[in-house]
Amino acid sequence: MYHTEQPRRSTHIELPKSPTGIQGLDEVTLGGLPRGRPTLVVGRAGSGKTLLGMEFLVHGALEFGEPGVFVSFEETPEDLVQNVASLGYDLNDLRERNLLSIDHVEVSRSDVIETGEFDLEALFIRLGYAIDSIGAKRIVLDTIESLFSGLMNTGILRAELRRLFFWLKDKGVTAVVTGESGEATMTRHGLEEYISDCVILLDHRVDDQVSTRRLRVVKYRGSVHGTNEYPFLIDETGISVLPITSTGLTHTVTSERISSGVERLDAMLEGEGFYRGSTIMVAGTPGTGKSSFGASFVNAACLRGEKCLYFSFEESPDQIVRNMQSIGIDLVPHIESGLLEINSSRPTMYGLEMHLLMLLKQIQEKQPRVVVIDPLSDLIAIGTTKDVKVMLTRLIDYLKTSRITTLFTHLIHTREKMAPSDLAVSSLIDTLIQLQDIESAGERNRGLYVLKSRGMGHSNQIREYRITDDGIELTDVYAGPAGMFMGTARLVQEARERAEAEARREEIASRQRELEQERSAVEARIAALQSVFASQEEDVRRMIEAESRQQKIIDADTRAIGKLRKADASDDDKKVQATIGEAEEER
Amino acid sequence: MTDTEKTAGEENGEEWILRLYVAGQTPKSLAAFANLKRICEEHMAGRYKIEVIDLLEHPQLAKGDQIFAVPTLVRKLPPPLRKIIGDLSNTEKVLVGLDVRPRS
Repeated sequence: MYHTEQPRRSTHIELPKSPTGIQGLDEVTLGGLPRGRPTLVVGRAGSGKTLLGMEFLVHGALEFGEPGVFVSFEETPEDLVQNVASLGYDLNDLRERNLLSIDHVEVSRSDVIETGEFDLEALFIRLGYAIDSIGAKRIVLDTIESLFSGLMNTGILRAELRRLFFWLKDKGVTAVVTGESGEATMTRHGLEEYISDCVILLDHRVDDQVSTRRLRVVKYRGSVHGTNEYPFLIDETGISVLPITSTGLTHTVTSERISSGVERLDAMLEGEGFYRGSTIMVAGTPGTGKSSFGASFVNAACLRGEKCLYFSFEESPDQIVRNMQSIGIDLVPHIESGLLEINSSRPTMYGLEMHLLMLLKQIQEKQPRVVVIDPLSDLIAIGTTKDVKVMLTRLIDYLKTSRITTLFTHLIHTREKMAPSDLAVSSLIDTLIQLQDIESAGERNRGLYVLKSRGMGHSNQIREYRITDDGIELTDVYAGPAGMFMGTARLVQEARERAEAEARREEIASRQRELEQERSAVEARIAALQSVFASQEEDVRRMIEAESRQQKIIDADTRAIGKLRKADASDDDKKVQATIGEAEEER
Repeated sequence: MTDTEKTAGEENGEEWILRLYVAGQTPKSLAAFANLKRICEEHMAGRYKIEVIDLLEHPQLAKGDQIFAVPTLVRKLPPPLRKIIGDLSNTEKVLVGLDVRPRS
């Protein structure tokens, strides 16, 4: 029953929307700004209002086939062209192709005097002319509040603004109207009174000397929208809003396994390694070789031909490459072939959100299969526990949905217990490998165990590992009747056992030798007896021969005597002769 | 009219070129034109020229003189450029705005 039921579809008609083409904003607004209606974008100076408006027009013109008009009340067209040229937008080209029209409305009180009744019909005509001349579908008014500084009669102005927004709706253009944040009201001059379809708030805050830009959709009439504050970034490609609206736990999983890059570690994980798309954390105290595990993992992935991104917050790419070469992991060919990209930045450079935003941006652009973040603890250090968990949840959700296998390294400061923040994070992790210093007998050894690994049987053994010239090597820990030993103590214990075994072997060997000697003594005696026996036998044989020879002589003598006596041979004699004849024939 | 009240324009005998921007034949634009005509006749008779531009007919001209409200009166000559927004109902303000009277 459960499976046959279709997800319930909303029957009401969706509000038509104009996509902004700004990364992430369309996801937060579920499709873009309300088509054919004005949207108010509020923010302080330098919060990115103008850029947002300009991107709305440029993307509209280039990607959605909707030409746009930019009405600037502050900057001249030349300044605007220059300002966005650094983002790779050639406004002059767009203007020539009739995709964009820039109108600069100069409002200055100094050379203007007001007397009597007036209206803003001229502005309407200008806008109408600009819109009609290129068939614009989008318009940006940046920022119309400048009129308040140019005109004294605010009564007329307010009435005219109200008329303006109605007129824009009539025209069917999607408008972005920017406004400065005010003290008591949302905008300095209360523009929110006139524009109530969609209001977007841009914020630029500095906490602990780290600035973060945030965006919030305050209201969006007739549409659901993400209500959170979303961090956004202005960089060389323009605005991008942290796109993940926590996707929830709906990702599908695979049972495909991939190697950790350390053979015996795979063996500890059912002999097959990690699940693809899972989240792995290698946690350990300083100097336990967390980065080496990260590099091994990346190396293995690159050898499989998968694209990898390695984010480092402590070392520069060169340093990582050099250090990993010293343990026999050569990352240079992977970097040259483009499979591996190492990104290094200082954690204190931006706020937590910005870091995560940049991670996401990179991940979206490069589409890697494997991501290493080294170390996560540096990111945690710049945010509060709650923030971190929220942001990480979003990041991990995103990574899992995209089936990217992620390895975080994590620095633990205390040897005894994990800090609360570590615990908060660890609940998001599928496979947690703990690296630990184990001090005994005056030396420090490294031990590893799999703290948890969801969805697979895993070894409960502590393994000792060594970082050698050929990478990471796991060895068995000595666990015997005398206790558990690692490092030299293990070697000593093993040597002792070897010595004991040797001694036992020696004893057996000597026993064997003794037995051997015994055997040869016995054999010698047997030989001697045999020779005695043989000689006796020989004697007997000789005696028989001698006897038979004598008998022959005697017989011959007897025959000779018989001849002489001419006697007949008796029967007895014949028998004797036949027997002798037979015996002689046998010889 | 005393000597002190005489304007620079009247003294120099300069030519005035005034441009009135309107949007259609609205009561406001008609009032503005009537007021302007009266003021000019009173203060610069014979030395002025008024161009009326209807933006409904020539919308592209609004950009040039940075017009966003109507009616707007622009003093093209003598320089510098001056702008007066409104139906010109306050004669004193118009005279000050046109530099016919010194600004107080």
